[in-house]
Amino acid sequence: MKFLVCIAQTPDTTAKVSFDADGKAFNTAGVQFIMNPYDEWYALVRACELREALGGTVVAINVGPATNETTIRKALAIGADEAVRIDAESASSAFVAKQIAAYAKDQGFDLIFLGKETIDYNGSEVGAMLAEYLDLPYIPLASKLELAGNVATIERDIEGGVEVLEASLPLVVSASKGMAEQRIPNMRGIMMARSKPLQVVQPVAFDEPVDAVRFTLPPAKAGVKLVDPEQMDELVRLLHEEAKVI
Amino acid sequence: MVLVYAESPNGQFKKAAFEAVSYGKKVATLLGQPCAAITLGTAAAKADELGKYGAEKVYNVANAQLNHLDSQVAGAVLANAAKQLNATVVVLSHTSTGKAIAGRLAVRLDAGLVSGVNSLPELDNGSLHVKKSVFSGKAIAEYAINTPVKVLSLMGNAIRPEVSGAPVAVEALNIEVPAGRITVKSVKTIEGRVPLPEAEIVVSAGRGMKDPSNWGIVEDLAEVLDATTACSRPVADSDWRPHHEHVGQTGIAIRPNLYIAIGISGAIQHLAGVNNSKVIVVINKDPEAPFFKAADYGVVGDLFEVVPRLTESIKKFKTAN
Ligand SMILES: Cc1cc2nc3c(=O)[nH]c(=O)nc-3n(C[C@H](O)[C@H](O)[C@H](O)COP(=O)(O)OP(=O)(O)OC[C@H]3O[C@@H](n4cnc5c(N)ncnc54)[C@H](O)[C@@H]3O)c2cc1C
Ligand SMILES: Nc1ncnc2c1ncn2[C@@H]1O[C@H](COP(=O)(O)O)[C@@H](O)[C@H]1O
Repeated sequence: MKFLVCIAQTPDTTAKVSFDADGKAFNTAGVQFIMNPYDEWYALVRACELREALGGTVVAINVGPATNETTIRKALAIGADEAVRIDAESASSAFVAKQIAAYAKDQGFDLIFLGKETIDYNGSEVGAMLAEYLDLPYIPLASKLELAGNVATIERDIEGGVEVLEASLPLVVSASKGMAEQRIPNMRGIMMARSKPLQVVQPVAFDEPVDAVRFTLPPAKAGVKLVDPEQMDELVRLLHEEAKVI
Repeated sequence: MVLVYAESPNGQFKKAAFEAVSYGKKVATLLGQPCAAITLGTAAAKADELGKYGAEKVYNVANAQLNHLDSQVAGAVLANAAKQLNATVVVLSHTSTGKAIAGRLAVRLDAGLVSGVNSLPELDNGSLHVKKSVFSGKAIAEYAINTPVKVLSLMGNAIRPEVSGAPVAVEALNIEVPAGRITVKSVKTIEGRVPLPEAEIVVSAGRGMKDPSNWGIVEDLAEVLDATTACSRPVADSDWRPHHEHVGQTGIAIRPNLYIAIGISGAIQHLAGVNNSKVIVVINKDPEAPFFKAADYGVVGDLFEVVPRLTESIKKFKTAN
């Protein structure tokens, strides 16, 4: 069984978000970068579990510059067998999908995992684009995936419930909470990761369909209005008359 | 034209579809183009009602295979419909359905996609500029879409569905439906209230509740407000509450009109999922709790006293109004 796991690098969840003066570039000074939590905790771990049960190979792929290699090595330490880095800034989800598709198209992957979204640009876009380029079924927001031979049974989150479906491999799946439990890399994994193969691939040409014009910070909250804990009638009045939400 | 895919999960149009059509109508007005809606499958009742929200035409591809979502099939059908109808903009909802399809449409139509847009676009020298919230609500991004055809998916609760027209007759659209590769076995719906992503009022509680047996007061408050309940991650992780209630960065992101946070400290990963709420009320006994910085209204006090009192006040208000 051949598994591909798409891993993005994102700013740490607690990072302070700011941009340069003309709102073009994210300020990376002092920002810690991590593997996108959905990719790490759910997609990668489930791929590793399936490989452990069924045999095969887990390949982790990232579209990003050389500085992303710390994150890629972490994926190897958690359990990926090999890694691929497509050597380009990940300009947009369309760009990322195009690059991963170009790499994956003739590699015969049985199951391609992504996270449900990146926590920085919050797109939830790459998976469907990748699946379309590869002409494969796509099941986003999967919280459970079991394999029996060539058939996957998947539960996915929908509004107000869960959809249970079946599809045969090959497939593209995006992982949400529930798919697996986070794994902390151990010493042995970290040592082994150093000698696992990390291939660097050149990007294919691509015209950007969408440009980021500028980033701004949301207006600051006016500040909290405190209401006396004895005076809940007053809170109700404010919610009705001032905030107009009840 | 602006073509809006009005989704109908389980054969029903919900708020997301009405929001998308209302939004599509506004985009169409901006561009000086007509607005049409398209529905898929044989199950959806009352598609003519989409006319009320601004669709001048409503099309339906009546094929039972489309009653369940297979993104590969729906993507192909919608892309062909968009081509046949000469759509310049395709609008979807940023839901579990829209997320499955939007990227496929973008690839098939050579279109630029911006997902999760939350305000009306603007025209700037012929290119369409749209905004969305990024970094889990910590920033706003503005994008320019350069392609002739554009795909937008609309964030839930970003605009209100607006009645601007009258029902229109549904026209059948003849489009070939390719064979699917996914079989939907069942849909398990969670009993009870409006699903969290659609809820207008959410009552949420955290570890300050001390024990799952204490949730009665939270449910009572939700009941009088006709609200949906949510919780913080540790609460879901320790199985005090079901996992689908978990909001935040690793759970789901919501943007209700009113979010009431009870005994939740307001860690940044929790805020990431809720700080797009229009109004936030925080009830916490610790005046230093970080949540107060993100709140509009705050009550510093013991939740076991404050919450039942608030429930009583709301009951009183509801009877009086
Ligand atoms: C990568 C990552 C992702 C995460 N994702 C999420 C996520 O998606 N969602 C999420 O919620 N968390 C998430 N977390 C966890 C988050 O950091 C916090 O640990 C968590 O939100 C805390 O939950 P809490 O506020 O319920 O509990 P606590 O932090 O323990 O806060 C309990 C609060 O209750 C108050 N309290 C106690 N007793 C009373 C009383 N009697 N009356 C009134 N107030 C009282 C206390 O003052 C305190 O503020 C994530 C963490 C990481 C590292
Ligand atoms: N630069 C990248 N390299 C590899 N995979 C990525 C990259 N960006 C996004 N992905 C994958 O696509 C998923 C969805 O991302 P997005 O569509 O940007 O929300 C992520 O969870 C990753 O699995």
